[in-house]
Amino acid sequence: MALKQPENSLLGSESDPHRTLYPYVTGTSVVALKYKDGILMAADMGGSYGSTLRYKSVERMKPIGKHSLLGASGEISDFQEILRYLDELILYDNMWDDGNSLGPKEVHNYLTRVMYNRRNKFNPLWNSLVLGGVKNGNKYLGTVSMIGVNFEDNHVATGFGNHLARPILRQEWHENLSFEDGVKLLEKCMHVFLYRDRSAVNKLQIAKITEEGVTIHQPYSLKTYWEFSAFKNPAQGAIGSW
Amino acid sequence: MFRNQYDTDVTTWSPAGRLFQVEYAMEAVKQGSAAIGLRSKTHVVLGCVNKANSELSSHQKKIFKVDDHIGVAIAGLTADGRVLSRYMRNECINYNFTYESPLPVGRLVVQLADKAQVCTQRSWKRPYGVGLLVAGLDESGAHLYYNCPSGNYFEYQAFAIGSRSQAAKTYLERRFENLADSSRDDLVKDALMAIREALQGETLKSSICTVAVVGVGEPFHILDQETVQQMINAFEIVGEQEGPAAEPDAAAGQEAAAEQGGSTDEGVAPMDI
Repeated sequence: MALKQPENSLLGSESDPHRTLYPYVTGTSVVALKYKDGILMAADMGGSYGSTLRYKSVERMKPIGKHSLLGASGEISDFQEILRYLDELILYDNMWDDGNSLGPKEVHNYLTRVMYNRRNKFNPLWNSLVLGGVKNGNKYLGTVSMIGVNFEDNHVATGFGNHLARPILRQEWHENLSFEDGVKLLEKCMHVFLYRDRSAVNKLQIAKITEEGVTIHQPYSLKTYWEFSAFKNPAQGAIGSW
Repeated sequence: MFRNQYDTDVTTWSPAGRLFQVEYAMEAVKQGSAAIGLRSKTHVVLGCVNKANSELSSHQKKIFKVDDHIGVAIAGLTADGRVLSRYMRNECINYNFTYESPLPVGRLVVQLADKAQVCTQRSWKRPYGVGLLVAGLDESGAHLYYNCPSGNYFEYQAFAIGSRSQAAKTYLERRFENLADSSRDDLVKDALMAIREALQGETLKSSICTVAVVGVGEPFHILDQETVQQMINAFEIVGEQEGPAAEPDAAAGQEAAAEQGGSTDEGVAPMDI
């Protein structure tokens, strides 16, 4: 084995095999919004290996307990690790068997603590997470990043979603969207991802969570149109060497 | 209870299947001054008899705020009670930090009970000598629990512990069926009546008792002396004889001797540990 580095040298040497330095298999944007009955979330099913679109059936949204839905972008193996942490958390919560249960707000804060503490040890879980849910009629939607930044909002997105989807949502989101309108709005965002994000794949899932529970719909594809004249001659307005 | 050859160690069973040290610990609770608790659907009230050992000293603190939604009243070895309150406060704060949500009181009492159980199964420890009445709110409503040194816990509509608690319990047994729908003020009034029962003849005044309330929309807090005295005055004028089956002779004699407003605590001091 290589020279053992002392465990408390933080940045030490890059040959330390115990810290996350770079992500390997990654998922791209997740987008979510509050609607009349709860939360709607959308993410594609791509797992990229660098610039290769390698895995095309990765489920990046999972139900947590009775009241929450978690979507993740970033390193897929770290997402799976987070699911294991949450599985244990929910298990112990259920073992109390006492009528109390962890709601989305509690899960979100727990995740924030986990992400922030890992970041402080220079060994982050390389994910941006979206946590949505409904409990006792209260809708909750929040996000946590790999450095522990967390907040709640009426609509959230990760990664490129912040640049491509949030502006659309700021214009077109309103309270009490119907299910159909919410899905249409999410599909509009997913369209933009497909056209503009090179790590996007055309196979997506929509997930919804309401007081009744979680439904993750079957994957499907969006219709795209590539015959726009602007696509035909992309360099027209900016002839140059780059 | 008499001494026997199986009572030295908490880890020694008696042939009858008893742990005497644990039972002796529960005796310590009975020696402490009375604490009572009662609850409705939305509120819980805790009260206790607070007698100072002498005129010169201050009262012992027997009611502790654990969090905005949980409070505890103790009877027995108050030092043990203080330590357990600190544990409870820690648990609440840690849970709140991790989940940004109040710790459900039902979970706190289980943790407390498990902590007490440990002391009944280690030869180098002794059981906590304090009984705790835990009052709290959670998603499913208002709750009152009693945690005892044996590591058992029970949920109650109303309960009393400590010396002369039987009198208070008798009063509460008569009233408990109506408590669920009581208003907050009626609940406090019932608590004061129960405390008066535990005083057995002594005049009830705010200098010798403490009352605390927690409820929906009302964080746990101890009522200040003036408010309590006003409530005492209010119901003593209105319906003095409706509740208690008071001992008239002793009461008359003592009431004559003790006028209101006097800060002296007279005669009958129970063994306050």
